[in-house]
Amino acid sequence: MTEIDTPSPLRQDPPQFPMERKCPFQPPAEYAVMRAEEPVAKVRLAVSGKEMWAVSRQEHVRQVLTDPTMSSNFKHPGYPLQVPVPDDILQAMELPLVAMDPPVHGRHRKEIIPEFTLKRMQALTPRIQKIVDEHVDALLAKGGPVDLLTELAIPVPSLVLCELLGVPAEDIPEFRDFAETTVRSDVTPQEVGMAIHQMDVYLDKLVTAKEQNPTEDDLLGRVVLKNTEEGNLNHREIVALARMLISGGFDTLTNMIVLGVAALLEHPDQLAQMKADPELTRNAIEELLRFLSIADSAPSRVATQDLEVGGVKIKAGEGIINLTASANRDETVFENADQLDIFREIGLHSAFGHGVHQCPGASLVRVELKIVYDTLFARIPGLRLAVPVEELPFKRATLIQGLDALPVTW
Amino acid sequence: MPLSVHRERCIGSGTCVYTAPEVFAQDEDEGLVVLLTDGTDQANERAVRSAVERCPVAAISLDAP
Ligand code: SF4
Repeated sequence: MTEIDTPSPLRQDPPQFPMERKCPFQPPAEYAVMRAEEPVAKVRLAVSGKEMWAVSRQEHVRQVLTDPTMSSNFKHPGYPLQVPVPDDILQAMELPLVAMDPPVHGRHRKEIIPEFTLKRMQALTPRIQKIVDEHVDALLAKGGPVDLLTELAIPVPSLVLCELLGVPAEDIPEFRDFAETTVRSDVTPQEVGMAIHQMDVYLDKLVTAKEQNPTEDDLLGRVVLKNTEEGNLNHREIVALARMLISGGFDTLTNMIVLGVAALLEHPDQLAQMKADPELTRNAIEELLRFLSIADSAPSRVATQDLEVGGVKIKAGEGIINLTASANRDETVFENADQLDIFREIGLHSAFGHGVHQCPGASLVRVELKIVYDTLFARIPGLRLAVPVEELPFKRATLIQGLDALPVTW
Repeated sequence: MPLSVHRERCIGSGTCVYTAPEVFAQDEDEGLVVLLTDGTDQANERAVRSAVERCPVAAISLDAP
Protein backbone atom coordinates (compact mmCIF):
# COMPACT_ATOMS: atom_id res chain seq x y z
CA MET A 1 0.00 0.00 0.00
CA THR A 2 1.27 3.44 -0.82
CA GLU A 3 1.04 6.21 1.67
CA ILE A 4 -1.55 8.71 0.58
CA ASP A 5 -0.99 12.20 1.73
CA THR A 6 -4.42 13.06 3.06
CA PRO A 7 -4.73 16.68 3.97
CA SER A 8 -5.37 16.38 7.67
CA PRO A 9 -7.47 19.17 9.16
CA LEU A 10 -5.16 18.95 12.12
CA ARG A 11 -2.12 20.21 10.22
CA GLN A 12 -3.17 23.78 10.03
CA ASP A 13 -3.78 25.06 13.48
CA PRO A 14 -6.69 25.53 13.73
CA PRO A 15 -8.03 24.79 10.24
CA GLN A 16 -10.19 27.31 8.48
CA PHE A 17 -13.96 26.88 8.44
CA PRO A 18 -16.08 26.35 6.38
CA MET A 19 -14.26 23.63 4.52
CA GLU A 20 -15.12 23.26 0.87
CA ARG A 21 -17.07 20.52 -0.81
CA LYS A 22 -15.14 19.16 -3.77
CA CYS A 23 -18.26 17.49 -5.14
CA PRO A 24 -21.82 18.72 -4.62
CA PHE A 25 -22.87 15.29 -3.30
CA GLN A 26 -20.11 14.81 -0.76
CA PRO A 27 -19.37 16.73 2.43
CA PRO A 28 -15.85 18.17 2.70
CA ALA A 29 -13.28 15.36 2.84
CA GLU A 30 -11.94 16.80 6.08
CA TYR A 31 -15.07 15.75 7.98
CA ALA A 32 -14.20 12.05 7.77
CA VAL A 33 -10.71 12.77 9.06
CA MET A 34 -12.15 14.81 11.91
CA ARG A 35 -14.59 12.04 12.87
CA ALA A 36 -11.70 9.59 13.02
CA GLU A 37 -8.94 11.71 14.52
CA GLU A 38 -10.40 14.63 16.40
CA PRO A 39 -14.18 14.54 16.68
CA VAL A 40 -14.30 17.69 18.80
CA ALA A 41 -11.84 20.05 17.11
CA LYS A 42 -10.97 23.72 17.06
CA VAL A 43 -11.60 25.53 13.78
CA ARG A 44 -11.16 29.14 12.74
CA LEU A 45 -14.12 30.89 11.17
CA ALA A 46 -13.14 32.41 7.83
CA VAL A 47 -15.68 35.16 8.18
CA SER A 48 -14.50 36.52 11.53
CA GLY A 49 -11.19 34.82 12.30
CA LYS A 50 -12.68 33.62 15.60
CA GLU A 51 -11.91 30.19 17.00
CA MET A 52 -14.81 27.80 17.48
CA TRP A 53 -15.36 24.13 18.22
CA ALA A 54 -16.63 21.82 15.52
CA VAL A 55 -18.22 18.48 16.41
CA SER A 56 -18.41 15.81 13.75
CA ARG A 57 -19.79 12.58 15.26
CA GLN A 58 -23.49 11.95 15.51
CA GLU A 59 -23.48 11.24 19.25
CA HIS A 60 -21.79 14.58 19.97
CA VAL A 61 -23.97 16.54 17.59
CA ARG A 62 -27.03 15.05 19.32
CA GLN A 63 -25.58 15.83 22.73
CA VAL A 64 -24.91 19.46 21.88
CA LEU A 65 -28.25 20.02 20.13
CA THR A 66 -30.25 18.58 23.03
CA ASP A 67 -28.27 20.16 25.87
CA PRO A 68 -30.40 22.83 27.59
CA THR A 69 -27.30 24.82 28.53
CA MET A 70 -26.50 25.39 24.85
CA SER A 71 -27.72 28.76 23.61
CA SER A 72 -28.80 29.71 20.10
CA ASN A 73 -28.49 33.43 20.74
CA PHE A 74 -26.94 35.00 17.64
CA LYS A 75 -26.08 38.11 19.63
CA HIS A 76 -23.75 36.28 21.98
CA PRO A 77 -20.14 37.17 21.08
CA GLY A 78 -19.20 33.47 21.17
CA TYR A 79 -21.92 32.40 18.74
CA PRO A 80 -20.39 31.00 15.52
CA LEU A 81 -22.07 33.24 12.97
CA GLN A 82 -20.99 32.15 9.51
CA VAL A 83 -22.37 35.18 7.71
CA PRO A 84 -20.81 38.62 8.26
CA VAL A 85 -23.70 40.42 9.93
CA PRO A 86 -22.66 43.97 10.96
CA ASP A 87 -22.69 44.26 14.72
CA ASP A 88 -24.97 47.30 14.94
CA ILE A 89 -27.60 45.56 12.81
CA LEU A 90 -27.20 42.36 14.79
CA GLN A 91 -27.61 44.07 18.14
CA ALA A 92 -30.64 46.08 17.00
CA MET A 93 -32.31 43.10 15.36
CA GLU A 94 -35.37 41.36 16.76
CA LEU A 95 -34.07 37.82 17.05
CA PRO A 96 -36.00 35.21 15.08
CA LEU A 97 -37.26 31.92 16.51
CA VAL A 98 -34.13 30.07 15.43
CA ALA A 99 -32.00 32.33 17.64
CA MET A 100 -34.17 32.14 20.77
CA ASP A 101 -33.64 29.99 23.82
CA PRO A 102 -36.24 28.20 25.94
CA PRO A 103 -38.64 29.07 27.45
CA VAL A 104 -39.23 32.06 25.13
CA HIS A 105 -38.45 29.86 22.15
CA GLY A 106 -41.22 27.42 23.08
CA ARG A 107 -43.80 30.20 23.38
CA HIS A 108 -42.93 31.54 19.94
CA ARG A 109 -42.69 28.17 18.28
CA LYS A 110 -46.17 27.35 19.55
CA GLU A 111 -47.51 30.10 17.32
CA ILE A 112 -46.52 28.37 14.10
CA ILE A 113 -46.45 24.66 14.91
CA PRO A 114 -50.16 24.06 14.20
CA GLU A 115 -49.56 25.73 10.82
CA PHE A 116 -46.96 23.17 9.78
CA THR A 117 -48.44 19.82 10.81
CA LEU A 118 -47.98 16.95 8.40
CA LYS A 119 -51.72 16.80 7.89
CA ARG A 120 -51.97 20.44 6.93
CA MET A 121 -49.05 20.15 4.59
CA GLN A 122 -50.63 17.08 2.98
CA ALA A 123 -53.79 19.08 2.52
CA LEU A 124 -51.79 21.42 0.25
CA THR A 125 -51.15 18.52 -2.13
CA PRO A 126 -53.67 19.46 -4.86
CA ARG A 127 -52.38 23.02 -5.01
CA ILE A 128 -48.70 21.99 -5.02
CA GLN A 129 -49.47 19.36 -7.65
CA LYS A 130 -51.06 22.00 -9.86
CA ILE A 131 -48.07 24.31 -9.55
CA VAL A 132 -45.66 21.45 -10.32
CA ASP A 133 -47.75 20.27 -13.29
CA GLU A 134 -47.85 23.74 -14.80
CA HIS A 135 -44.09 24.02 -14.62
CA VAL A 136 -43.55 20.55 -16.05
CA ASP A 137 -45.98 21.42 -18.89
CA ALA A 138 -43.88 24.48 -19.63
CA LEU A 139 -40.67 22.45 -19.56
CA LEU A 140 -42.06 19.90 -21.98
CA ALA A 141 -43.38 22.60 -24.28
CA LYS A 142 -40.01 24.27 -24.35
CA GLY A 143 -38.08 21.09 -25.11
CA GLY A 144 -34.68 20.12 -23.70
CA PRO A 145 -32.12 20.97 -22.76
CA VAL A 146 -33.42 23.24 -20.03
CA ASP A 147 -32.08 24.44 -16.70
CA LEU A 148 -34.19 22.64 -14.13
CA LEU A 149 -33.07 25.12 -11.48
CA THR A 150 -34.65 28.16 -13.12
CA GLU A 151 -37.56 26.34 -14.73
CA LEU A 152 -38.73 24.30 -11.76
CA ALA A 153 -36.60 24.20 -8.64
CA ILE A 154 -36.69 27.94 -7.99
CA PRO A 155 -40.26 28.85 -8.97
CA VAL A 156 -42.16 25.89 -7.48
CA PRO A 157 -41.04 26.18 -3.82
CA SER A 158 -41.12 29.98 -4.04
CA LEU A 159 -44.72 29.98 -5.20
CA VAL A 160 -45.76 27.41 -2.62
CA LEU A 161 -44.08 29.33 0.19
CA CYS A 162 -45.48 32.69 -0.88
CA GLU A 163 -49.00 31.32 -1.10
CA LEU A 164 -48.68 29.60 2.25
CA LEU A 165 -47.32 32.66 4.03
CA GLY A 166 -49.53 35.15 2.22
CA VAL A 167 -46.87 37.25 0.54
CA PRO A 168 -47.30 38.47 -3.04
CA ALA A 169 -45.67 36.25 -5.66
CA GLU A 170 -44.41 39.30 -7.58
CA ASP A 171 -42.02 40.01 -4.73
CA ILE A 172 -40.31 36.63 -5.08
CA PRO A 173 -37.09 38.04 -6.64
CA GLU A 174 -36.67 40.31 -3.65
CA PHE A 175 -37.14 37.42 -1.19
CA ARG A 176 -34.72 35.28 -3.12
CA ASP A 177 -32.01 37.92 -3.04
CA PHE A 178 -32.55 38.32 0.67
CA ALA A 179 -32.58 34.59 1.38
CA GLU A 180 -29.45 34.05 -0.69
CA THR A 181 -27.48 36.93 0.76
CA THR A 182 -28.13 35.86 4.31
CA VAL A 183 -26.75 32.34 3.85
CA ARG A 184 -23.55 33.33 2.03
CA SER A 185 -20.18 33.78 3.68
CA ASP A 186 -18.56 35.62 0.75
CA VAL A 187 -20.67 38.76 0.97
CA THR A 188 -19.69 42.01 2.64
CA PRO A 189 -21.18 43.03 5.98
CA GLN A 190 -22.73 45.99 4.14
CA GLU A 191 -24.55 43.67 1.75
CA VAL A 192 -25.88 41.53 4.59
CA GLY A 193 -26.86 44.62 6.56
CA MET A 194 -28.71 46.07 3.57
CA ALA A 195 -30.52 42.79 2.86
CA ILE A 196 -31.75 42.46 6.45
CA HIS A 197 -32.73 46.11 6.59
CA GLN A 198 -34.66 46.02 3.30
CA MET A 199 -36.45 42.84 4.25
CA ASP A 200 -37.48 44.29 7.60
CA VAL A 201 -38.81 47.46 5.96
CA TYR A 202 -40.77 45.32 3.50
CA LEU A 203 -42.11 42.90 6.11
CA ASP A 204 -42.96 45.72 8.47
CA LYS A 205 -45.32 47.10 5.81
CA LEU A 206 -46.70 43.68 4.98
CA VAL A 207 -47.45 42.80 8.60
CA THR A 208 -48.94 46.25 9.21
CA ALA A 209 -51.26 45.74 6.23
CA LYS A 210 -52.34 42.40 7.65
CA GLU A 211 -52.91 43.97 11.06
CA GLN A 212 -55.18 46.54 9.47
CA ASN A 213 -57.01 43.97 7.38
CA PRO A 214 -56.79 40.67 9.20
CA THR A 215 -57.36 37.63 7.05
CA GLU A 216 -57.71 33.94 7.79
CA ASP A 217 -56.50 32.95 4.35
CA ASP A 218 -52.79 32.66 4.92
CA LEU A 219 -50.27 31.82 7.60
CA LEU A 220 -49.09 35.33 8.40
CA GLY A 221 -52.68 36.53 8.40
CA ARG A 222 -53.66 33.84 10.89
CA VAL A 223 -50.66 34.57 13.12
CA VAL A 224 -51.58 38.27 13.10
CA LEU A 225 -55.21 37.52 13.80
CA LYS A 226 -54.46 35.19 16.67
CA ASN A 227 -52.17 37.78 18.15
CA THR A 228 -54.70 40.57 18.03
CA GLU A 229 -56.81 38.31 20.24
CA GLU A 230 -54.18 36.73 22.44
CA GLY A 231 -51.30 39.19 22.18
CA ASN A 232 -48.52 36.64 22.56
CA LEU A 233 -46.34 38.21 19.91
CA ASN A 234 -45.88 41.87 19.18
CA HIS A 235 -45.53 43.46 15.76
CA ARG A 236 -41.74 43.28 15.65
CA GLU A 237 -41.78 39.66 16.72
CA ILE A 238 -44.14 38.77 13.90
CA VAL A 239 -41.85 40.58 11.44
CA ALA A 240 -38.90 38.55 12.75
CA LEU A 241 -40.90 35.34 12.43
CA ALA A 242 -41.76 36.15 8.82
CA ARG A 243 -38.13 37.00 8.13
CA MET A 244 -37.04 33.62 9.45
CA LEU A 245 -39.64 31.66 7.48
CA ILE A 246 -38.51 33.41 4.32
CA SER A 247 -34.78 33.03 4.89
CA GLY A 248 -35.20 29.37 5.81
CA GLY A 249 -37.78 28.43 3.23
CA PHE A 250 -36.38 29.53 -0.10
CA ASP A 251 -33.04 27.96 -0.87
CA THR A 252 -33.55 24.77 1.06
CA LEU A 253 -36.26 23.17 -1.07
CA THR A 254 -34.75 24.55 -4.27
CA ASN A 255 -31.47 22.85 -3.58
CA MET A 256 -33.05 19.61 -2.38
CA ILE A 257 -34.85 19.51 -5.72
CA VAL A 258 -31.80 20.05 -7.94
CA LEU A 259 -29.34 18.03 -5.93
CA GLY A 260 -31.89 15.27 -5.30
CA VAL A 261 -32.75 14.95 -8.99
CA ALA A 262 -29.06 14.95 -9.93
CA ALA A 263 -28.25 12.32 -7.29
CA LEU A 264 -31.09 10.07 -8.43
CA LEU A 265 -30.06 10.43 -12.08
CA GLU A 266 -26.58 9.36 -11.05
CA HIS A 267 -28.05 6.18 -9.53
CA PRO A 268 -30.18 4.86 -12.39
CA ASP A 269 -30.86 1.44 -10.86
CA GLN A 270 -32.30 2.92 -7.71
CA LEU A 271 -34.21 5.51 -9.70
CA ALA A 272 -35.74 2.80 -11.90
CA GLN A 273 -37.06 1.04 -8.81
CA MET A 274 -38.41 4.24 -7.39
CA LYS A 275 -40.23 4.99 -10.64
CA ALA A 276 -41.74 1.51 -10.59
CA ASP A 277 -42.89 1.94 -7.00
CA PRO A 278 -43.65 5.52 -5.91
CA GLU A 279 -44.15 4.22 -2.36
CA LEU A 280 -40.36 4.11 -2.29
CA THR A 281 -40.13 7.86 -2.75
CA ARG A 282 -40.87 8.47 0.92
CA ASN A 283 -37.85 6.46 1.93
CA ALA A 284 -35.76 7.93 -0.87
CA ILE A 285 -36.51 11.44 0.40
CA GLU A 286 -35.24 10.64 3.89
CA GLU A 287 -32.13 9.09 2.37
CA LEU A 288 -31.54 12.08 0.09
CA LEU A 289 -31.94 14.41 3.06
CA ARG A 290 -29.30 12.42 4.91
CA PHE A 291 -26.98 11.88 1.98
CA LEU A 292 -27.03 15.43 0.62
CA SER A 293 -27.17 17.26 3.96
CA ILE A 294 -27.58 20.58 2.21
CA ALA A 295 -27.62 22.52 5.49
CA ASP A 296 -24.10 21.20 6.01
CA SER A 297 -23.18 22.92 9.27
CA ALA A 298 -26.13 25.21 9.93
CA PRO A 299 -27.05 24.62 13.58
CA SER A 300 -24.56 26.34 15.86
CA ARG A 301 -24.62 26.91 19.60
CA VAL A 302 -22.77 28.77 22.29
CA ALA A 303 -22.11 27.18 25.67
CA THR A 304 -23.61 28.98 28.67
CA GLN A 305 -21.88 26.62 31.12
CA ASP A 306 -18.71 24.56 31.08
CA LEU A 307 -19.30 21.09 29.70
CA GLU A 308 -17.54 18.08 28.30
CA VAL A 309 -18.13 16.73 24.83
CA GLY A 310 -16.28 13.62 23.71
CA GLY A 311 -13.75 14.05 26.51
CA VAL A 312 -12.98 17.65 25.51
CA LYS A 313 -13.67 20.47 27.93
CA ILE A 314 -15.67 23.30 26.45
CA LYS A 315 -15.91 26.48 28.47
CA ALA A 316 -18.88 28.74 28.99
CA GLY A 317 -18.93 31.35 26.24
CA GLU A 318 -17.30 29.16 23.60
CA GLY A 319 -19.06 28.52 20.31
CA ILE A 320 -19.80 25.14 18.76
CA ILE A 321 -20.54 24.32 15.13
CA ASN A 322 -22.50 21.14 14.63
CA LEU A 323 -21.44 19.37 11.46
CA THR A 324 -24.75 17.72 10.67
CA ALA A 325 -23.44 16.69 7.24
CA SER A 326 -20.72 14.78 9.06
CA ALA A 327 -23.12 13.24 11.60
CA ASN A 328 -25.15 12.03 8.63
CA ARG A 329 -22.10 10.18 7.30
CA ASP A 330 -21.05 8.74 10.64
CA GLU A 331 -20.00 5.19 9.77
CA THR A 332 -20.73 3.97 13.29
CA VAL A 333 -24.40 4.83 12.71
CA PHE A 334 -24.96 4.30 8.98
CA GLU A 335 -23.59 1.30 7.13
CA ASN A 336 -21.87 2.35 3.88
CA ALA A 337 -22.58 5.89 4.98
CA ASP A 338 -21.05 7.42 1.85
CA GLN A 339 -23.36 5.50 -0.48
CA LEU A 340 -26.79 6.65 -1.53
CA ASP A 341 -29.17 3.81 -0.73
CA ILE A 342 -32.84 4.63 -1.03
CA PHE A 343 -33.73 1.25 0.47
CA ARG A 344 -31.85 1.97 3.65
CA GLU A 345 -33.92 1.66 6.78
CA ILE A 346 -33.97 5.25 7.87
CA GLY A 347 -32.45 5.84 11.24
CA LEU A 348 -31.76 9.13 12.82
CA HIS A 349 -30.48 11.69 10.35
CA SER A 350 -29.86 15.28 11.32
CA ALA A 351 -30.79 16.98 8.06
CA PHE A 352 -33.45 19.02 9.86
CA GLY A 353 -31.31 19.48 12.94
CA HIS A 354 -32.15 17.93 16.27
CA GLY A 355 -33.56 19.07 19.60
CA VAL A 356 -36.09 21.84 20.17
CA HIS A 357 -34.97 23.85 17.15
CA GLN A 358 -35.57 21.11 14.63
CA CYS A 359 -36.80 22.63 11.36
CA PRO A 360 -40.50 23.49 11.76
CA GLY A 361 -40.95 23.20 8.00
CA ALA A 362 -39.88 19.55 7.76
CA SER A 363 -43.36 18.28 6.85
CA LEU A 364 -43.65 20.82 4.04
CA VAL A 365 -40.30 19.68 2.69
CA ARG A 366 -41.37 16.03 2.77
CA VAL A 367 -44.70 16.63 1.09
CA GLU A 368 -43.34 18.96 -1.56
CA LEU A 369 -40.34 16.81 -2.48
CA LYS A 370 -42.59 13.78 -2.91
CA ILE A 371 -44.82 15.60 -5.38
CA VAL A 372 -41.89 17.11 -7.29
CA TYR A 373 -39.84 13.92 -7.64
CA ASP A 374 -42.82 11.67 -8.46
CA THR A 375 -44.26 14.07 -11.02
CA LEU A 376 -40.99 14.88 -12.69
CA PHE A 377 -39.88 11.27 -13.17
CA ALA A 378 -43.36 10.05 -14.15
CA ARG A 379 -43.99 12.75 -16.71
CA ILE A 380 -40.46 12.89 -18.14
CA PRO A 381 -39.32 9.26 -17.96
CA GLY A 382 -36.33 9.93 -20.22
CA LEU A 383 -35.00 12.73 -18.03
CA ARG A 384 -31.18 12.85 -17.97
CA LEU A 385 -28.35 15.24 -17.26
CA ALA A 386 -27.44 17.41 -20.25
CA VAL A 387 -23.81 17.75 -19.13
CA PRO A 388 -21.45 15.28 -17.48
CA VAL A 389 -22.00 15.23 -13.72
CA GLU A 390 -18.50 16.62 -13.10
CA GLU A 391 -19.49 19.74 -14.99
CA LEU A 392 -22.48 20.62 -12.85
CA PRO A 393 -21.76 24.08 -11.48
CA PHE A 394 -22.12 23.98 -7.74
CA LYS A 395 -22.44 26.61 -5.09
CA ARG A 396 -19.59 27.52 -2.84
CA ALA A 397 -19.27 29.83 0.12
CA THR A 398 -22.83 29.28 1.18
CA LEU A 399 -24.44 27.67 4.18
CA ILE A 400 -26.95 25.86 1.98
CA GLN A 401 -25.28 23.50 -0.47
CA GLY A 402 -26.63 23.36 -3.98
CA LEU A 403 -26.19 23.93 -7.69
CA ASP A 404 -26.02 27.10 -9.76
CA ALA A 405 -27.73 25.29 -12.64
CA LEU A 406 -29.03 21.82 -13.46
CA PRO A 407 -29.01 21.35 -17.25
CA VAL A 408 -31.25 18.42 -18.15
CA THR A 409 -32.75 16.99 -21.28
CA TRP A 410 -34.88 13.97 -22.27
CA MET B 1 -45.73 -2.92 24.40
CA PRO B 2 -47.05 0.16 26.17
CA LEU B 3 -46.24 3.48 24.63
CA SER B 4 -46.47 6.99 25.97
CA VAL B 5 -45.98 10.50 24.71
CA HIS B 6 -44.91 13.60 26.58
CA ARG B 7 -46.75 16.48 25.03
CA GLU B 8 -45.09 19.05 27.24
CA ARG B 9 -41.82 18.19 25.52
CA CYS B 10 -43.15 17.76 21.98
CA ILE B 11 -42.15 20.45 19.47
CA GLY B 12 -44.54 19.30 16.76
CA SER B 13 -41.91 18.24 14.28
CA GLY B 14 -44.25 15.67 12.79
CA THR B 15 -41.46 13.15 12.38
CA CYS B 16 -43.35 10.50 14.35
CA VAL B 17 -46.48 11.03 12.24
CA TYR B 18 -44.42 10.61 9.11
CA THR B 19 -42.63 7.54 10.44
CA ALA B 20 -45.58 5.68 11.98
CA PRO B 21 -48.82 7.26 10.76
CA GLU B 22 -51.00 4.48 12.19
CA VAL B 23 -49.79 5.23 15.69
CA PHE B 24 -49.13 8.97 15.93
CA ALA B 25 -50.96 12.10 14.88
CA GLN B 26 -50.75 15.81 15.64
CA ASP B 27 -53.76 17.58 17.08
CA GLU B 28 -55.28 20.43 15.10
CA ASP B 29 -55.05 23.13 17.74
CA GLU B 30 -51.51 22.84 18.98
CA GLY B 31 -49.88 20.59 16.42
CA LEU B 32 -48.54 18.38 19.18
CA VAL B 33 -48.33 14.62 19.21
CA VAL B 34 -51.33 12.47 20.08
CA LEU B 35 -51.50 8.70 20.27
CA LEU B 36 -53.92 6.85 18.04
CA THR B 37 -53.35 3.61 19.94
CA ASP B 38 -52.01 3.04 23.42
CA GLY B 39 -49.42 0.48 22.49
CA THR B 40 -47.44 -1.18 19.78
CA ASP B 41 -48.13 -4.51 18.21
CA GLN B 42 -45.95 -6.59 15.97
CA ALA B 43 -47.18 -4.94 12.83
CA ASN B 44 -46.07 -1.47 13.77
CA GLU B 45 -43.29 -2.09 16.24
CA ARG B 46 -40.43 -1.33 13.85
CA ALA B 47 -41.99 1.93 12.75
CA VAL B 48 -42.69 2.92 16.35
CA ARG B 49 -39.12 2.16 17.41
CA SER B 50 -37.87 4.24 14.54
CA ALA B 51 -40.19 7.11 15.55
CA VAL B 52 -38.92 6.93 19.13
CA GLU B 53 -35.35 7.13 17.90
CA ARG B 54 -36.07 9.94 15.50
CA CYS B 55 -38.08 12.22 17.78
CA PRO B 56 -35.80 15.24 18.21
CA VAL B 57 -36.80 15.86 21.82
CA ALA B 58 -37.38 12.37 23.23
CA ALA B 59 -41.10 13.00 23.61
CA ILE B 60 -42.08 9.40 22.88
CA SER B 61 -41.17 6.46 25.06
CA LEU B 62 -41.76 2.77 24.88
CA ASP B 63 -41.07 1.94 28.50
CA ALA B 64 -43.62 3.71 30.67
CA PRO B 65 -47.25 2.68 30.88
S1 SF4 C 1 -41.44 13.38 16.63
FE1 SF4 C 1 -41.43 14.05 18.77
S2 SF4 C 1 -41.43 16.29 18.66
FE2 SF4 C 1 -42.02 15.54 16.65
S3 SF4 C 1 -44.27 15.55 16.71
FE3 SF4 C 1 -43.58 13.51 17.28
S4 SF4 C 1 -43.45 13.56 19.51
FE4 SF4 C 1 -43.55 15.68 18.82
